[in-house]
Amino acid sequence: MADTIAPTNPADASAPRQADVRTEEMLVNMGPQHPSTHGVLRVVLRTDGEMVLQSVPHIGYLHRCAEKIGENVAPYQYVPYTDRMDYLAGMNNNQAFALAVEKLTGLEVPERAQYIRVMFAELNRIASHLVAIGTYGLDMGAFTPFLYCFREREMLLDLFESACGARLTYSYITIGGVTDDLPDNFVDVCSEFLDYFEPKVDDYNNLLSYNHIFVKRTGGVGVISAEDAIRFGLTGPVLRGSGVKFDLRKAKPYEIYDRFNFDVPVGLSGGTGEIPRGVVVGDCWSRYYVRVKEMIESVKIIRQCLRDIPAADEKEGVCNKKCKTVKLPDDEVYMEIENPRGQLGFYVKGDGSAIPARVKARGPSFCNLCVLEYAGKNCLLADIPAIIGSMDVVMGEVDR
Amino acid sequence: MTQFSVPWKQSPPLEYRGPARGIVALARMVYTMATPIVSRFPGPILLGAIIGGTLLVWAHWMLFGFVETIAASDVNGAAHSVWGQTLTTAEIGAYLDAHSIVASGILKYLLWPLQLELLRDLVGLGAIFGLFNLIPVYAIWWERKVAGRIQSRMGPMRVGGWHGWAQSFADGVKLVGKEDLVPEQADAMLFRVAPYLAFVPSLLAFLCLPLGSYWVFRNVDVALIFIIAMVGVEVVGVIVAGWASNNKWSVYGAMREACQMVSYEIPMTTVLLIPIMTAGTLNMVQIGDMQTGGWFSWNAFHNPFTFIAFITYYIASLANCKRAPFDLPESESELVAGFHTEYSGFRWALFFFAEYAAMFVVSALAVTLFLGAWHTPIPATWAFEEDSIVKIFLNGVLFSSPFWFIFKCFIFIYIQLWIRWTLPRIRIDQVLYSCVQVMFPIACVALVGHAVWMVLLDGTVFSDIIRWILGLLTAAVTFGFLSVAAFGYRNGRQMVGYLAVKQLPGA
Repeated sequence: MADTIAPTNPADASAPRQADVRTEEMLVNMGPQHPSTHGVLRVVLRTDGEMVLQSVPHIGYLHRCAEKIGENVAPYQYVPYTDRMDYLAGMNNNQAFALAVEKLTGLEVPERAQYIRVMFAELNRIASHLVAIGTYGLDMGAFTPFLYCFREREMLLDLFESACGARLTYSYITIGGVTDDLPDNFVDVCSEFLDYFEPKVDDYNNLLSYNHIFVKRTGGVGVISAEDAIRFGLTGPVLRGSGVKFDLRKAKPYEIYDRFNFDVPVGLSGGTGEIPRGVVVGDCWSRYYVRVKEMIESVKIIRQCLRDIPAADEKEGVCNKKCKTVKLPDDEVYMEIENPRGQLGFYVKGDGSAIPARVKARGPSFCNLCVLEYAGKNCLLADIPAIIGSMDVVMGEVDR
Repeated sequence: MTQFSVPWKQSPPLEYRGPARGIVALARMVYTMATPIVSRFPGPILLGAIIGGTLLVWAHWMLFGFVETIAASDVNGAAHSVWGQTLTTAEIGAYLDAHSIVASGILKYLLWPLQLELLRDLVGLGAIFGLFNLIPVYAIWWERKVAGRIQSRMGPMRVGGWHGWAQSFADGVKLVGKEDLVPEQADAMLFRVAPYLAFVPSLLAFLCLPLGSYWVFRNVDVALIFIIAMVGVEVVGVIVAGWASNNKWSVYGAMREACQMVSYEIPMTTVLLIPIMTAGTLNMVQIGDMQTGGWFSWNAFHNPFTFIAFITYYIASLANCKRAPFDLPESESELVAGFHTEYSGFRWALFFFAEYAAMFVVSALAVTLFLGAWHTPIPATWAFEEDSIVKIFLNGVLFSSPFWFIFKCFIFIYIQLWIRWTLPRIRIDQVLYSCVQVMFPIACVALVGHAVWMVLLDGTVFSDIIRWILGLLTAAVTFGFLSVAAFGYRNGRQMVGYLAVKQLPGA
């Protein structure tokens, strides 16, 4: 491939020739079957040696007409489909759709059910972030934190299983409440888990977050400034990693989030406090670390839930009795919540029947993925998994 | 409303504490394994154990004495092994008579073929090939067990009964049975040849690897250069594999390998000059023989520069045999599987064998050149008086060269595994930066420093004090690691998938 460029002017043939290494660009298909694209994402890379000049994401390999199905079934039947969108955060997806339908129909949710919803949404946020952190370590070549994260996630799934019987696609949070009440000793077991889990976060930090190689790999890579983050419509940890303190749980509290004390962690520049040197606001490390901090905040919220949750009321139950018979008014509504990956919004339009006329989801992974083309250029090939991993996209929800 | 049990509750504390626990567990394990067999054939097993034990002790004693005496009686006076020498029946007979071995009459006939050099070499080659095959098989199984423990799981547990010891054999059988796939667009000839180009050099490196003063197949004067060359030639196989696969990821892997290998050979070879300077020879056997006299006489503790050189060599050797954190050629999160993306079955297994054999070879170089080769940490002068068969046997085990050599090599392989399952992978620019900007200057400084030290300070009291300090420091670090590991083994019982672990055999 090394070649000299022929002089343009034949008269200068005697002059010393300007020699330069001429390299060729190469198009590489990363995906749809690739270990670090977290599903069936396909990224077309225009590379020059190890340098990536351009990366263009191509999506649609997991399209399942999830929104169209919503126009053919009643809302309570559609809840299981929302599980399949972002399969790592099923509870949060259930919650978003349930809240949208409740906003449209004005269904009341029992207070105990609201506490349970918040608790499970936060537990699922922890479970989802554990996967994000673990697989991010995997992308960087660190295998062990992945197994540690999954060890703790297994326990969370045990908790979910105890409440609803499912370990991945829960359909637990449904229209008008939750499907079933908690087991009797749930509060004890859950606080036992939280006591166990909180010190483990330090383990992840020592093993991965503050690891010198890890910081070198992710610090200063894929930097997205705050302005660009807002311009691209990024949400969730990707937005907060860029230093924008915006969280729907604080900005527009839904459910009962206004009753709890918690912080919104944002990306900070390196060299201050616990943040290692070499980290820039908005880089991959900041996005990763926001997730670590959010797990601790979620633990705080769950502890407050466990403290304040009202006792079970046999008469009222945990689900509104009209949840399956309610008709959707001829109106439209848009409701968004803070998913582990960002703002998940559901637009539901009713036409007076029991079946919605239109369902549309605004998926955080889909909207966050659009920044890949901007962040993943003029970087090294090894940085592409770092950037994709720090977005924490779930293809099930990108393609829906 | 049902109560549900907590699946992640810690297992109840075992009744035995401290070292007793390990002993009891071992006894239980042996008992569980042996009971069904022993209860079925008690007589033959007892008889076999007595005969086998006697034969083992006798054979061990005979073999050690035999190989070493014949070699020492070489007319040239140079240290030579039994391999590659002319040897007559008379010499064998004289040796056996001199040691008044009871069965010498029969043994003479049994050992008669040993005078044929070709036959002897074939036996030696067979032994080396066996070693070459067994080391990867066990290193792979061991890697999976170590990875399992690091990741709080069990690793392979099924095949073979006890902790999945036969897992690698089962994998081997599976791989041999798989279809030999050659991609349609690949350069078929090169694609087929490439695994052998990687496999054969790492096998050749074993030919000059001394497992003891006389336990070497060919005692070559330039053995060190030969081994480094063979480890370096392995890269050709990788590049050919990457190119012939006609896959962009494979080409990436191959180019990374070439780039990394060529870069890291410079600091690696530079620091290898340091033990060569100390010993004044490239002969691995002579370098090893110079380090008799226990822990403190090992090359690594010679002076601070040799110590730095040892650490530098070890890091460079990681890059050289593409182990984490330098496993860029096959980094699966970036390049799918790097240069062996398109390989499957037996050819893929050959790459694996080459990689693990290379791991052993670079560890063996580290051991031979820096850490006392095949010598025990205790000086050989502390050996027992050989007046009873038990003491002969004990001496054989405690001062057995091959045992200590392989043991030390496996310690270094263990450190490679430990690093691999702990650290993330570094980026290609960081790989080259750390080579050119960090390792190479350090290697040069160590080389010059060692030369100056040899001229000015060698043999002084100060030099001895430094040697003892470095030796004690390393001993303390080793002891500290062992204590931490023991503590972790005792207290870190939490496994992934608690319920699954309960059902595993041997758990």
